[in-house]
Amino acid sequence: MYSEKVMDHFQNPRNVGEIENASGVGTVGNAKCGDIMRMFLDIDDNGIIRDVKFKTFGCGAAVATSSMATELVKGKSIQEALQVTNKAVMEALDGLPPVKVHCSLLAEEAIHAALWDYAQKNGIEIEGLSKPKSDISEGEEEEDY
Amino acid sequence: MIYLDNAATTRTAPEVVEAMLPYFTESFGNPSTIYSLGSASKKAVNQARKTIADALGANMEEIYFTAGGSESDNWAIKATAEAYAGKGRHIITTKIEHHAVLHTCQYLEKHGFEVTYLDVDRDGLVDPEQLKAAIRPDTILITIMFANNEIGTIEPIAEIGAIAKERGILFHTDAVQAFGQVPINVDEMHIDMLSSSAHKLNGPKGIGFLYIRKGVKIRSLIHGGAQERNRRAGTENVTGIVGFGAAVERAVRTMEERANKEIELRDYLIHRLETEIDYCWLNGHRTKRLPNNVNFSFLFIEGESMLIMLDMKGICASSGSACTSGSLDPSHVLLAIGLKHEEAHGSLRLTLSEENTKEEIDFVVDNLKQIVERLRSMSPLYEDFVKKNKA
Repeated sequence: MYSEKVMDHFQNPRNVGEIENASGVGTVGNAKCGDIMRMFLDIDDNGIIRDVKFKTFGCGAAVATSSMATELVKGKSIQEALQVTNKAVMEALDGLPPVKVHCSLLAEEAIHAALWDYAQKNGIEIEGLSKPKSDISEGEEEEDY
Repeated sequence: MIYLDNAATTRTAPEVVEAMLPYFTESFGNPSTIYSLGSASKKAVNQARKTIADALGANMEEIYFTAGGSESDNWAIKATAEAYAGKGRHIITTKIEHHAVLHTCQYLEKHGFEVTYLDVDRDGLVDPEQLKAAIRPDTILITIMFANNEIGTIEPIAEIGAIAKERGILFHTDAVQAFGQVPINVDEMHIDMLSSSAHKLNGPKGIGFLYIRKGVKIRSLIHGGAQERNRRAGTENVTGIVGFGAAVERAVRTMEERANKEIELRDYLIHRLETEIDYCWLNGHRTKRLPNNVNFSFLFIEGESMLIMLDMKGICASSGSACTSGSLDPSHVLLAIGLKHEEAHGSLRLTLSEENTKEEIDFVVDNLKQIVERLRSMSPLYEDFVKKNKA
């Protein structure tokens, strides 16, 4: 059901862990729908993401998208990190099953939430970043009986 | 490979396959034909019917073959609802039924029937007093599962049957998980209709039956030819039926020995998990439980991740997490017994067979300990919990 890349990032997730005194921390998702992602960013004075870590409660796709998202933003500028969309995460993983697309949205949102936290802490505004939703959940399809 | 998903399906027993084979090749005749080739098939079908009827304390005329558990449930509920609609339009079931029952009931709700979904307690047990209180003058059917497929809890079926009989209401039970695993007698338990499926008891897939007590009015679900006493059309699945008969013969013969072995392994597995892993618990009743069912919730982690990691170790298991249900909601059964969403997401079902060994169980527990630890180390919920406890 999962691509080889998804399985690789699930089995060997990159950048798992926490950053003490992180520049920005974002937590998105909720336990109700079964996925929670927390992203830690270490951003230097030039606005470059020096380090990134994550922790995720969720399925294989949730872990893999978090892992891939950290790889895509590491070493990038804030503006470049903002360009990392859920689509980019999915493509980098060679796709996701349709029911798991929301996991990639969560990964995008986790980056935004961590950047938002960084902006709040430093009293700055990041162009193109609005307050992220804390909860991403797709509307369930109506079943027909 | 260590197979611990016998509630999903079982391996077809070699003796069952052996019994089926001649009916693919030499004895391929249609049971409805007049020549001896067909009669041989007809004889084999009726022999299987007799074996199954005997296992339930029923008459062979009361066993109707279907394509499986879902068809049997659909038939029992839809067709009696239709046949008894003149008497009333109220049905009683529970919140923990299989979807074959739940979705059928929801379908009937859209067609003018009312359905009461009984609550269950923390162990998954139906309260007979609540059932009594739910009965109305227009109640025509009570449908309550014999044993739950996820948490293994065995319902007080004889008590429920007695209540139904006393009030003159039809009683159907989905016994897909129970038949062949625990003793069932339709007379002693006052069961009017019972659904079963062969592949849960080492028989082939695609064959089931509905027991219908003599005298119960029921319409056909599948219309056509005169098979199954005019009640279920379609050329008999002869190989499937023969396999089902062989599986039931085997299940009855080995039931006691099998159950004892499974219960010993089950309780050993439960004990090791309870004592060696923190923040986890058993779901379902401890003793009123299918011999082969173990269901645990592990806090702070999610089921699908556990399943993938177990699979990497060659262990087949199942979970009630949303990710394995195809929706964002976790198992309705686990929510009905009062689990929070995150507790249900972290559930793991291990269902044994008599083929499993203590060594296999040890291997599973040893690996599961590492998997739980690894997933917790990357769980933000666990991180929050640890920090909160330190504070």
